[in-house]
Amino acid sequence: MREGKKGTLKKVLDHISRYRWILVISILLAALTVALTLYFPILCGRAIDCIIGPGEVDFTGWMVNEGLYALAKKMAVVILLTALAQWLMNVCNNQITYQVIRDVREEAFEKIQKLPLKYIDGHSYGDIVSRIIADVDQFADGLLMGFTQLFTGVITILGTLGFMLSINVGITLLVVVMTPLSLFVAKFIATRTHDMFLLQSKTRGEQTALIDEMIGNQKVVQAYGQENRVLGRFDEINGRLEKCSLRAIFFSSLTNPCTRFVNNMVYAGVAILGACLAIGGGHATGFIAFLGGAVTVGELSCLLSYANQYTKPFNEISGVITELQNALACASRIFELIEEEPQSPEPEHPAVVEHFDGSVTLDHVSFSYVPGQHLIEDFNLRVKKGERVAIVGPTGCGKTTLINLLMRFYDVNSGRIFVSGTDIMEMSRAGLRDGYGMVLQETWLKTGTIRENIAMAREDATEEEVMEAAKAAHAHSFIKRLPQGYDTVVSEDGDSLSQGQKQLLCIARVMLALPPMLILDEATSSIDTRTELKIQNAFAKMMQGRTSFIVAHRLSTIKEADIILVMKDGNIIEQGDHRKLLSQGGFYANLYNSQFAK
Amino acid sequence: MRKLLVYLKDYKKESVLGPLFKLLEASFELFVPLVIARIVDTGISGKDYGFVWKMGGVLLLLAAVGLVCSVTAQYFAAKAATGFATSLRHSLFSHIQSLSYTEMDKLGTAAMITRMTSDINQVQSGVNLVLRLFLRSPFIVFGAMIMAFTIDVKAAFIFVVTIPLLSIVVFGIMLISIPLYKKVQAGLDRVLGRTRENLTGVRVIRAFNREDEELEAFAEENQNLTRMQMFVGRFSACMNPVTYIIVNAATVVLIWTGAVRVDNGILTQGEVIALVNYMSQILVELVKLANLIITVTKAFACADRIAGVLDMESSLPRGEADFSPRDGEKRQDGGAYIQFKHVDFSYQDAGADALTDIDFTVEKGQTVGIIGGTGSGKTTLVHLLPRFYDASKGEVLVDGRSVREYPLAALRAMIGIVMQKSVLFHGTVRENLRWGIVDGESEPQGTSPAEDERMWEALEIAQAKEFVEKKEGGLAFEIEQGGKNLSGGQRQRMAIARAVVRRPEILILDDSASALDFATDAALRRAIRNASEDMTVFIVSQRAASIMYADKILVLDDGRIAGQGTHEELLKSCEVYQEIYYSQFERGEQV
Repeated sequence: MREGKKGTLKKVLDHISRYRWILVISILLAALTVALTLYFPILCGRAIDCIIGPGEVDFTGWMVNEGLYALAKKMAVVILLTALAQWLMNVCNNQITYQVIRDVREEAFEKIQKLPLKYIDGHSYGDIVSRIIADVDQFADGLLMGFTQLFTGVITILGTLGFMLSINVGITLLVVVMTPLSLFVAKFIATRTHDMFLLQSKTRGEQTALIDEMIGNQKVVQAYGQENRVLGRFDEINGRLEKCSLRAIFFSSLTNPCTRFVNNMVYAGVAILGACLAIGGGHATGFIAFLGGAVTVGELSCLLSYANQYTKPFNEISGVITELQNALACASRIFELIEEEPQSPEPEHPAVVEHFDGSVTLDHVSFSYVPGQHLIEDFNLRVKKGERVAIVGPTGCGKTTLINLLMRFYDVNSGRIFVSGTDIMEMSRAGLRDGYGMVLQETWLKTGTIRENIAMAREDATEEEVMEAAKAAHAHSFIKRLPQGYDTVVSEDGDSLSQGQKQLLCIARVMLALPPMLILDEATSSIDTRTELKIQNAFAKMMQGRTSFIVAHRLSTIKEADIILVMKDGNIIEQGDHRKLLSQGGFYANLYNSQFAK
Repeated sequence: MRKLLVYLKDYKKESVLGPLFKLLEASFELFVPLVIARIVDTGISGKDYGFVWKMGGVLLLLAAVGLVCSVTAQYFAAKAATGFATSLRHSLFSHIQSLSYTEMDKLGTAAMITRMTSDINQVQSGVNLVLRLFLRSPFIVFGAMIMAFTIDVKAAFIFVVTIPLLSIVVFGIMLISIPLYKKVQAGLDRVLGRTRENLTGVRVIRAFNREDEELEAFAEENQNLTRMQMFVGRFSACMNPVTYIIVNAATVVLIWTGAVRVDNGILTQGEVIALVNYMSQILVELVKLANLIITVTKAFACADRIAGVLDMESSLPRGEADFSPRDGEKRQDGGAYIQFKHVDFSYQDAGADALTDIDFTVEKGQTVGIIGGTGSGKTTLVHLLPRFYDASKGEVLVDGRSVREYPLAALRAMIGIVMQKSVLFHGTVRENLRWGIVDGESEPQGTSPAEDERMWEALEIAQAKEFVEKKEGGLAFEIEQGGKNLSGGQRQRMAIARAVVRRPEILILDDSASALDFATDAALRRAIRNASEDMTVFIVSQRAASIMYADKILVLDDGRIAGQGTHEELLKSCEVYQEIYYSQFERGEQV
């Protein structure tokens, strides 16, 4: 755990180092701010020493070097400079913090694009989202606090020490000996609370996952009247969260009172010792001389205000440490995501297929999602250019898995897949996927206009091309009826479009891209057959000369295929065209005839 | 924020005791400058070592009492804050659950999730800070002023001028920054939305090689957010320097005035020190207050957003609570079991009607097929039965009563619906199926043989028995979130089983067999038909084969009924139906 914490800290520092120049400026400004802040009490002390008693107040400087008048002018300048430096420092710190978390967030997002689908399929969206949003947010809060208070804190401590030494050694010693106590206290509390924060973070993640699942599917929850049961589960986690939050918050908040107590003791010590030294006054002998000589009342007031300033940063630092503790726990969850094993690296010199001729070969392919549970075993298939391959079979027979492998969403366990004679493992993923156009049963629209959604595959497409594609997909007429036509903003959550309309848009995407190979996984399952029939013609035209893989249940779609693969339990059990399979009277024939059964 | 205060109600004691102990601690702190003044004026001037030690002892005592008070205060504050957040989270969650489909469409999933998570967390830390520090700081500020008055009235007037000036600055900055933080939060919402979207669409994005473009779009949103955060940050960074200037300028004036008063013999040196100390105490507290205000401002912005959701009322008026549909009351009229009476419906903010003049009746136990083109209103029509939406015009009657008269829960308990998108939840098969069993009928915990048997029965009807049996653990098989470890067809059959297991009076299958092959689809329909004589079944489908044997077929076209009747009748008379049918079956192919 300790090692992990250090590692996280190092990564955070790595991210900050990109902004080291702002950081340097910020540190310089902090030093300036602190020096000026510390200089002010000295001026105050001198001013107080000018005020001795009735008739004995030095306004013009006849008693010592500077009179009250000169001091007041100096103080005014110091005040203005301090304020300016402080503001600039805060701005610098904001700059660093928000840019660092922007970078972290972007890295995390970039990681999402590179994670193997296995990770994404295996983790709840809520958990991943909570890392990128909530954890990063909390991290930012901690970081910002760390910057503004940690620097000034440390510099204040050093500066105060210097100034104090210049006034009186004995009192400085007293302060130096006693204050580490507050650090010990703070550290003790921080180590004890780290695990509590981690537990809180984890429980929160669990709750977010539930919220994401249930609120994301609110409609189903309501349709089944499950509100109370879901609320029960929510409350169970909520109760646990309350308990561990209370512990974490309370114990970490002990730091402040405890360190303040130590500081108050230091303050009392300085007051007693300082007063004794002041009483010693003019006769600085023996012990008093050993302690650094006598002090004036003005110096005592200055020392007291230093004692406050010296110990305050200890307070703040310990506060910051607990906050950082929390921030580090969050950071480690973010870095966990960022450092998650990415999908297997692209080949160094990827083979480039200039023209996909459309041939696809699967050679002794085996694959399983879970080690030990074989799904596809020793699968062989040779598809020639321009052939139409239909895949049928009972649900769960491995049709979708086959597509996962063709597109390299998942990598095969053994065996090889060739496209246009090139092993797909030797190609870049992008190069391979460029060759395919895919329409899935589960539609997905990105937030954006209809035009953007259709032009996803080809951003440079002209207005006419987009419209042509929409017309070919028979989406044009309904798009035109939308309030803003092609500029209507749609999103995945939005219910403004029906499932079928969404599917038409997905088809329009592919119609625009015109890739050499097509994968249609239940591409028309939500579209009514009248429209489908019309699209089929467009599809047929598009498929001319293109290799296509079609997963469908509607046998009318399948009948035309050149090869029909009948899959069962991950293997091909029948293969051939419609006529041949029907005459075989096997599984396919059974399936085909069953659609007419009552 | 005010609206949310009710959630502190159960923590009245804590919310009062927390600040109270904090104030106690603060008052001890206020005595410290007085003690120091005594040390200077009596101890040092009179060279009295004994008095110095005695006063030192008083300082230590004040520190010890302060520690006890402050720990007590922290505990109460933490307790109240977490308790507050817990009950707020509970209420918000159950409120969101009570919202109707219309509000959910409007609000959007991502926004609801942020409200539930990061917004509430912000409010929680806001409450904690307010209880601990918010009263303390003003208290010390005014306390210091009052103490100053006890020392010297004229010098104290400097405090009287300084404090309002400071308050104006502090609250002015706060007033301006609240709306800015709201904007920041909206930016965060957009970043969240994009992240979620990328997770759900990961396959499509990769298939189209859009990773770089998505990253670019995200980077842009992210940059916008950062720019906004930095802008707000620059603004609120003014707070500390400005307060610093005011307080220290006041200190200079104070020393000057003090000097004049000492010169005239009205004040002592020690009293001037005490006055200066009070002024610096004010600065320290105001800096704290300023930092606090930033956090609290954020919390306020979040609280407003939460209150906004809590203010949202479900647009479905509730039915009569005391009316139970199963109490065997006589129907109000002798009409059919289900009646749609000239129903019109349009979605909120939509221009055109989604349904127009829908009028039909269904007898108990009948099977109704609904067929029609994409966007013809099939789903909308069946969504009116469980009252996901209310008809804009006309009436929907179930068992002789308007659906609006039923308590919502009772109405939905009568209906089993399988939606287009088959959603399963993280948990075992058993837990998923238990969703279908009406509350009170099922075992809250553990399992019972009777319940298991009922589940297996439902699975068998849904054609899911075979694959569930093969899964490790059977009913105890763990389904991942969203049913990701099942195939599309398996998910659909699980969703069907979930609807069947509740033994509904009305079963609605909304295009829910689309991922099933014909053989399974046919077997499913046969099993459902045989399962219950009394069950009224609605089958929404695009496949003529799925509905051609229904007792009644409704053909929808562009939100209107284009024809209704049996397969044979429609084939003769309804042009739209003919077109659909012949697009799927070549003429004469039927056996």
